[in-house]
Amino acid sequence: MNGVPMAHGLVLAAVLFTLGLAGLMFRRNMIFMLLSLEIMLNAAGLAFIVAGMAWDQAEGQAMFLLVITLAAAEASVGLALLNQLYRRFKTLDIDTASGMRG
Amino acid sequence: MTWTLPLTFLLPLAGTLILAFSGARLGRRGTTWVGVTSVALAALVTALLAHHYLAAPEARTLTLWRWIAVGDFQPTIGLRLDGLSLTLLGVITGVGLLIHWFAAWYMQGEEGVTRFYAYMNLFVASMVLLVLGDNLLLLFLGWEGVGLCSYLLIGHYYRTAANVRAAFKAFLVTRIGDAFLAIGLFLLFRELGTLNIAEILQRAPERWSAGDPLVELAALLLLGGALGKSAQLPLHTWLADAMAGPTPVSALIHAATMVTAGVYLVARLHGVFLLAPAVLWLTGVIGALTLLAAGFAALAQTDIKRVLAYSTMSQIGYMFLALGVAGFEAAIFHLMTHAFFKALLFLSAGAVIVGCHHEQDIRRLGGLWRRLPLAYVGFLVGGAALAALPLVTAGFYSKDAILWQALAAGHGALLLAGLLGSLLTSLYLLRLIVGIFHGEAGSEGARRAEAGQGLAHGLPLVVLALLSTFLGAWLEPPLGSVLPAPHEGSEGWHLALELLAGGVALLGIALGAWLFLNRRAWLADVAARGLGARLWRLWHHAWGFDAAYERLLVRPYRGLVSGLRHDAIDALGLLPARLAWWLHVALSRTQGGKLRLYAVSMVVGATLILLVMAVAA
Repeated sequence: MNGVPMAHGLVLAAVLFTLGLAGLMFRRNMIFMLLSLEIMLNAAGLAFIVAGMAWDQAEGQAMFLLVITLAAAEASVGLALLNQLYRRFKTLDIDTASGMRG
Repeated sequence: MTWTLPLTFLLPLAGTLILAFSGARLGRRGTTWVGVTSVALAALVTALLAHHYLAAPEARTLTLWRWIAVGDFQPTIGLRLDGLSLTLLGVITGVGLLIHWFAAWYMQGEEGVTRFYAYMNLFVASMVLLVLGDNLLLLFLGWEGVGLCSYLLIGHYYRTAANVRAAFKAFLVTRIGDAFLAIGLFLLFRELGTLNIAEILQRAPERWSAGDPLVELAALLLLGGALGKSAQLPLHTWLADAMAGPTPVSALIHAATMVTAGVYLVARLHGVFLLAPAVLWLTGVIGALTLLAAGFAALAQTDIKRVLAYSTMSQIGYMFLALGVAGFEAAIFHLMTHAFFKALLFLSAGAVIVGCHHEQDIRRLGGLWRRLPLAYVGFLVGGAALAALPLVTAGFYSKDAILWQALAAGHGALLLAGLLGSLLTSLYLLRLIVGIFHGEAGSEGARRAEAGQGLAHGLPLVVLALLSTFLGAWLEPPLGSVLPAPHEGSEGWHLALELLAGGVALLGIALGAWLFLNRRAWLADVAARGLGARLWRLWHHAWGFDAAYERLLVRPYRGLVSGLRHDAIDALGLLPARLAWWLHVALSRTQGGKLRLYAVSMVVGATLILLVMAVAA
C-alpha cells in the first residue's frame, strides 16, 4: 500500500482532535462547542480510516460509518438543546446554563 | 396512745396536700384555716402524747412498715418517741402553730398565700419526720425535706432575682453539708451494719474504742452535715440571705425548724460523738467562733432581720459550744428557750415591718414604741431573754446551763468566748431596739406606722412573750433518759458563774443603753472614720466570707463550667463528622454547573489515567 504513511494520518487526526478538544474546553459559544465536538468525532473517524487503510482492513470504514451516524444523532440532539437553551436564556453562552450546580 | 404518733406529721402533710390540690379554690380564708388548723391539730396530738409520755416516761417506738429490703439493709418507717424527740416535737408543733397563726395576720394582702401555707405545712411535716425517725435514713428524708421547703419559702417572692439567688444559695450551701451527712451515713452503715439510731448508739462503743480514726471520721462527716443545716462556720453564709422570704418563714426557719436540726442530730448521735473527742472539741470551737463572729457581724447590720439572723447564728453557736463540751442537755434546753424568744423576736419584727409598710432598715425606723406597743413589748421581752437578763428570763437559765457545762468540763477558753458573746448579744440587741423604737422616725413608713389588730396578731406574741420569761424555763425537757448526764461541779462555782454571767449581761445592757441612747453621734462618728469604718465594713459584710467564697469557689467553678461547655473530648469525637462535612463542601464546590469545567476535569482525569497506564506499562 502506498500513499500517505499511517503516522502522518494519525498525527493529523491527533492534531484535529486536540483542536476540537481545546475548542470544547475554551469556547463559550455553544455553536462553536458543537462544531468542536464534530471536529473531534471526525478526528476519531479519520484515525479509524487511516488505521483501516494501513492494516488493509474494512472495519475502519465500517467504524467511520458508525461515527458519522453517531455525529448526526449527536448534532440533532445538541442542536435541539441549543435551541431550547437559546429560547430560555436569550444567549448562546454556555456558562449561563449553570442551574445544576451542587 | 402511741398510734397517734404518725398523726403529728400526717396532719401537716394532709394540709399541704389539700392546699396543693385545691389551688386557689379555697379562697384566702379557707387557705389560712386549713394551713393553721393542720398544725394546730398536730400540736394537739403532741400535747396528748406529752401528757401520756410524762405519766410513764419510757421510750416508745412504732414501726409502720418496712421501707426497703435489700439484703441486710432493711430500714423501716419507724417512729421513736422519747424525751428528746418529744421536746423537739413540742417546739416544732407548738412554736410552729404560733408562727402559722401569726402568719394569718402577716400574710393578709400578700400574694401566694396558698403556696405559702402549703410549704409551711410541709416544712413542719418534714421537721417532725426528722425528729421522730428512729433510723438515720428516715431522718435524712426529713432533713432533705426541710432543705427543700427552706428553698421554696426563701424564694417565696420569686419575682425578684435577688430572692431567687438567696433561695439558691441556701439550697446549695446546705447541700454541701448534706453531702457530708450522706457520706457519714454510708460510713456508719458500712461499719455498723445498721442505720437504726438505737442500734448505732449500742454498737458504736462495741465496735470502736474512743478516738478510733474511723469513728472520728464518721463524727466529722456528721458534724459537716450539722454545720450546713445549722448555719455554723464555715457553712453559715446562707442564713443571712435567707431573710429574703416572708418574716414568718424566717421565724419558722430560725426558731422551730431547720437550723435546730444540726443540734438535734449531734445530740441524737451523742454516743458516736463521745467516742470522737477530737471532733467533739472541734464542735465546741466552731460553736465558739461562730457565736463571736456572728455577734460582731450583728453589731453592724442595718436590716432588722439580718441582725436577728446573725443573732440566731450566734445562739446556735452557743448550742454547738454546749454540744462540744458534752453538755447535751444544756444544748437542747437552750434550743427550746431560743425557739421561744427567737420566734417572738421575729414575729415582733414582722409586726414592725408590716406596721411600717415594709420598712426594715433600722436607720430609717425609730420612735415606734408609742405606735407599736405590742411589738415593743415583744422586742423587750425577747431581747431580754436573748441577752439573758438574770432570773426573769428563760434565756438566762439556758445560757447559764451552757456556760456552766463549759466550766464544769474545764473548757476555760470556750467559757470566755461564751461570756464575751453574751456581752456582744446585749450590745447588738440594744442597738436594734433603740434603733427601732427610740429616737426619731427616719422615714415616711415609720411615721405612719399602724399597730396590728386582731387575735392572730396579738395572741402568738403574748404567748411567746410569756414563754420567753422564766415561765419558759420551768418547762424542763425530759431528757435524762436519752442523753448522758450533765457534768457535775461544785455548787459554789456554779453560783459564782451565775453571778458572773448575770453581771456580764447586765453590764452589756447598761453599756448598750448608755452607748446607743446617749452616745449615738459619737458612735456614728467612730464608725465613719479610720479603723472604726474599716471594722464597720468588715462586720457589715460578716467578715467577708461571701466575697471570699465568691473568689475562691464560685468563680473558679464557673470558669471550669464554662470551659467544659466547649468540651475538648467531645470535639475529638466530632472530628469524623467535621471531616465528612468538609469533604461534602469541597465536593459540592466541584459541581459548579459550568459545563466547560466538567469537560476540563474529564480531560485532565483521562490524561492522568493515560499517564499512569503509560508509566505502569
